[in-house]
Amino acid sequence: MPTILDPTDERVPVERSITARDTELQGRLALLDIAKPRGNVLIDRLEELLNEQYPNLVVNRYTKPTFTKPAPDSLRNEIRAENDVVVEALAD
Amino acid sequence: MTMPELPAFSLEDLSGESHSFPNGRQTIVCFVKEDCPTCNLVLPILDKIASDSDMLVLLPGQTTDGNRVLQERYQPTACILDDSKLQVSFAYDVESVPHLLLCDGEGNQIEHLIGFHKKEWTAFFDAHLSQVEIDWDELPDWRPACGSLTQDPLIAERLRAEAENSPLRARRIEVGQLDDIHEFMFDQGFTDGLPVVPPTPERVIRMLSGTTRDPQEEVAIVPPNLVPATVEKLAINAVLAGCKPEYLPVVIAGIEAICNDTFNGHGVFATTMGATPVMVINGPIRRKIGLNMGMSALGQGSRANAAIGRAVRLAIRNIGGAVPGGTERSTLGSPMKFTMCFAEWEERSPWAPLHVERGFQHNESVVTVFAMSGGPALVVDQASRQATQLTNSMGLSLRAQHHVKAHGAGDTLLVISPEHVDTLMRDEFTKDDVREHIQQASAVPARELAANETNPVGIPAARVANMNDEDLDRKIPKFGNKNFIHIVVAGSEAGKFSASFHGWASGSMGSVPYSQKIE
Repeated sequence: MPTILDPTDERVPVERSITARDTELQGRLALLDIAKPRGNVLIDRLEELLNEQYPNLVVNRYTKPTFTKPAPDSLRNEIRAENDVVVEALAD
Repeated sequence: MTMPELPAFSLEDLSGESHSFPNGRQTIVCFVKEDCPTCNLVLPILDKIASDSDMLVLLPGQTTDGNRVLQERYQPTACILDDSKLQVSFAYDVESVPHLLLCDGEGNQIEHLIGFHKKEWTAFFDAHLSQVEIDWDELPDWRPACGSLTQDPLIAERLRAEAENSPLRARRIEVGQLDDIHEFMFDQGFTDGLPVVPPTPERVIRMLSGTTRDPQEEVAIVPPNLVPATVEKLAINAVLAGCKPEYLPVVIAGIEAICNDTFNGHGVFATTMGATPVMVINGPIRRKIGLNMGMSALGQGSRANAAIGRAVRLAIRNIGGAVPGGTERSTLGSPMKFTMCFAEWEERSPWAPLHVERGFQHNESVVTVFAMSGGPALVVDQASRQATQLTNSMGLSLRAQHHVKAHGAGDTLLVISPEHVDTLMRDEFTKDDVREHIQQASAVPARELAANETNPVGIPAARVANMNDEDLDRKIPKFGNKNFIHIVVAGSEAGKFSASFHGWASGSMGSVPYSQKIE
C-alpha cells in the first residue's frame, strides 16, 4: 500500500460559534467601509435608510486604512468598544 | 574495554518461527545476502559453529528470495532469518556483508568481523571457538565484503524515512491498494489542477538532502490561514511540484520572501484582481541549479524555473490554504498562478543586477518577489535604433498597464531582452535613464486622465473640480515613483522584444517587492 506525506497544514478546523443575533436593530451600529472604490456609495445609502427607518439607532462610520490588508487590531477594538452590531461592505 | 549493547530484535526464520535477540545465550549474529560470494564462502563455517558448538548462530538475510536460495543451498543448522525489510540491518548500521558480531547473553558485543581475513578469523576461532575444527588451508587468505543492501541509495532513503529517529513528522496517508494515487491526490485537493509527484517518505527524505536546515524548523507563517511552514512541509510540496533537492533552498527563500507584512501575501492571494508572486533569481545559484535566463526564460521548458515557481504556489495552497473559491478570490485568475519564476541574465546585462541594486553582494544568491497581476506583456519595437526611441516605446506601451487612464499606481517589472539592451547601450543608458525616459514618455496632462461621461475611470470629478488650468495641464507620468519600475535582463540573443509584468496595489497600502537571501 503506497504511503504519502500530507502536504497540508493538518490542522483540524476550529469551530467557532457565532454571537447570538438580535431580532431587531437597536443600540449602536457600526458601518465599516473597507476602502474599496465606491464602497462608500453603498454605505452612504445604507446609512440614509437606517436613519430613516430606525431613528433611535446610533450609526457610527469606520474605514479600514486599505482593503488589501486585514483591519488593524486598534480599529477592531474601537469598533467592538463602541458598537453592538457591525455591518461591513465587502469587496466587489 | 566497554562492550557496546546491541539493539534487540525479533525476526522470523523461513518456517515462520520467531527468534529473539538477546536471549541469554552467547550468540553469533552474522548479516548475509545470497549474491555475496564472501557470504557464501563463510556460510559453511558459520554452520559448522552451529552444529559443533553451543553457540547460537543467527543469520539475518537481506532478501526473501535470496534467503530461500541459501536455505536450499546449505540446509544449515544455523537459523537464516528474514530481514528483507532491512530494519535490523539498518538499526545495526551494517555497511557491508558478511558482518559478524559475537555477543554475550545480554546482547553486549564481544567482537566483530567484516568480510573474510583468514588471520582475523583464525584468531577469532582460537579465542572463542577452539573446539570447532575448520580446514583453514582450503580457504583463501582474503575476500572482500560486499555492500549491504541498506546502502542502496533508494533503499537507504526508505529506511531513514521509516526509522524510529526519522526526521519526518508529517501525517502519513495510506493510499488504498485499489486507489489510483494520482486520482487520490486530485480528490484530496493537493494539486493545482495538473498531476503532481506523489510525496512518498523516500522522496521527501531525498528532497530534504537539498538543505542543511532542520526539517522541523519553522520557516514562515503562511497566509491567508497563517499556518507555520516547516522545512519538511515545504519539502513535501517541492516533491509535489517536481523539484530536485538542489531547488529546495530557493523554494524556502521564496516562501520567506512572500510571508511578511511588506510583501503582504494575504492581500496578494485574496485579491479579486488576481495577483501572484513573480520570482526573480539572482546570484551563483542560477547556474548551479540550471535556472533559465536565456531563450524562453519566462516560458515553459526549464524544470528549475517551472518546478520552483510551482512549489511555492503549491505551498501557498496546501499550507496557507489559498484555494480558489476559498480565501483566494481572483475574478479571472492567471496562468502565472501555476508558476512564475525565472533568473536574470546578469552576465548579459551592462548594469548592476537586481539583487546588487537591492543591497546584496554579487556572489550572494537572492530571490526577489513581485506581486504581479498581469503579463508578461510584450513591448514590440523592431524599429528603434536609439535609446530615447526605444524608451519612448516602452513608456507608451506601459501606459496600457491596468488602464490607460490609471496613472500613479502599481509597480512594473520590465524584462529587457539582449537586443534591446544593445540599443540602449548605443547611448550608454543607465537603468535610471531608462526609468526617467519611461516616466517622460508615459506622462500626459492631468486633464486627459480626468474621469468623464465617456469614460468614468481616472481622476474623480470631485478632485478635478478643485484643479485649475495649470494643474490640469501638468503632465503626470504613469508611475507614482520611477523606482516602481523594476528592471532585469533576460531572454535570447535574437528578438527585439522586451516585456513587462503589471503590478498590483503598490507601496505600503499594497505590496512592496521583497528580496531574500538563499541560504
